[in-house]
Amino acid sequence: MRGVSKIFSNGTLALSNMTLNVQRGEFLSLLGPSGCGKSTALRIIAGLGAPSSGAIEWPSSTINARGLPEGDIGFVFQDPTLMPWATVFGNVHLPLKLRGAGKEQAREQIMQTLAMVGLADFADAYPRELSGGMKMRVSIARALVTKPTLLLMDEPFAALDEITRQKLNDDVLMLWRQSGITVIFVTHSVFESAYLSNRIVVMRARPGQVFSDLPLVTSAERDEQYRTSEEYRASCAVVSRALHDAIHSAEIR
Amino acid sequence: MVATDSSGTDAAVAVVAPTTPVSERVLRIVVPVVMLILAIAAWYLYVVISGQPKYILPSPIDVAGALLTDWPTLLPALGTTLTITLEALALALIGGVGLAIILVQSRWIELALFPFAVILQVTPVVAIAPLLLIYTPNTQTALLIVAFLVAFFPILSNMVQGLKSVDHNLLNLFDLYGARRWQQLILLKIPASMPYFLTGLRIGGGLSLIAAVVAEFAAGTAGAGSGLAFRLLESGYRLNIPRLYAALFLLTFTGVAIFGITSFITWLVLHRWHESAVRREN
Repeated sequence: MRGVSKIFSNGTLALSNMTLNVQRGEFLSLLGPSGCGKSTALRIIAGLGAPSSGAIEWPSSTINARGLPEGDIGFVFQDPTLMPWATVFGNVHLPLKLRGAGKEQAREQIMQTLAMVGLADFADAYPRELSGGMKMRVSIARALVTKPTLLLMDEPFAALDEITRQKLNDDVLMLWRQSGITVIFVTHSVFESAYLSNRIVVMRARPGQVFSDLPLVTSAERDEQYRTSEEYRASCAVVSRALHDAIHSAEIR
Repeated sequence: MVATDSSGTDAAVAVVAPTTPVSERVLRIVVPVVMLILAIAAWYLYVVISGQPKYILPSPIDVAGALLTDWPTLLPALGTTLTITLEALALALIGGVGLAIILVQSRWIELALFPFAVILQVTPVVAIAPLLLIYTPNTQTALLIVAFLVAFFPILSNMVQGLKSVDHNLLNLFDLYGARRWQQLILLKIPASMPYFLTGLRIGGGLSLIAAVVAEFAAGTAGAGSGLAFRLLESGYRLNIPRLYAALFLLTFTGVAIFGITSFITWLVLHRWHESAVRREN
């Protein structure tokens, strides 16, 4: 995927004629009430369900048999979705293994990715031995191990406590800044989306479609200080209002 | 890169395997053993006090004696029964797992074979033993088929259930990375179905022994080369009750051994990751 722009529309109830252009290197949040089709949209982008009408267009030339840019997508589910019978190493190895990379061949890349999410010491642990936040890190490592150019995250931190969540938010931001990866982040949290993204797409329900598209350019670094800054508060207010309007417009119909 | 030395709130959890205290481990062995010894002692005392004749209720010592003296008769019988049991279990494992994998490949195959599976399950298989005796070249084959059919179904149905109980998001993940069907089967579906398969194995193991004995009763085999069931009947006819108890003891022992082995296999496979093998601690 190079210089991303994609357009898709879907005739089903979940999404109605939704059009979205994503630029390369963006951190884009899909924000909306539950049932607005944001997860559906994400899954369609990932190729996990074909749109009933419309299409997704990739600028990439390497498109595989399933219409996806080869090896360029990482997906983080709402649950960590780890294989309980495999170690952390085995779980992160999976995407490479499915491409035919053996254990030794992939070892360096796996350990590097695990170090990136701070889990290098836990390579031999089984998922049940890890806390919720650590499982999520494994899930992120697995999504990143193929060095994708697009990372899709489906409410990844919704089930985590606030403290772990803030930590992981910071980690994801740092990963994004360092790797220049494009992130599409689905969430229902105004504060999370305002903290993370440089563009927020607010969606509305019934029918699911884009309600407003807010670029969010801030001067400050997104860090602890930003979290308490006036700028952050103002963007939260803007996003909140947009979300409120989106919910309201769905209700009066 | 994210700082690797960050000891965040969620990174500081140490992995400590819970260990059972020694005293509890000792108790876990001592308590059942003491209970068994007490039960045998009570049996012995009852026989001595009530003066029951040997041909009604033998004492544990009579049974042990019969086990020793009748060993030359009982051992080949045990061998026969054990052979049928294990062969039936092996066939049931191959057939059950194999068919389960075929069944989940396509909804059409499943629909087509489903009635047969149900018929097989609901028919008391022992009832077709007389028929099998006519169709098969020898009794051993008939017994083997009966024991196989009985052990086959729980393994099949558990395996099918297991293969279908895969986390949908993991299936999505495999799709996302373009996994081929066989990769999905070997790397995802089979490991995910292990807890179910092992349940089927434990049930099937116990059932194959029961079926081997019951089928022998139904087939009415006799003479040399017959299994423990024939020795049970024979001892009953001859009022050689100590030997009957000895044969019964051998069957029980075999059953316990099968249970022990299948439970051990379960532990071996699951103890690293499955909830059922993890001690709950609050």
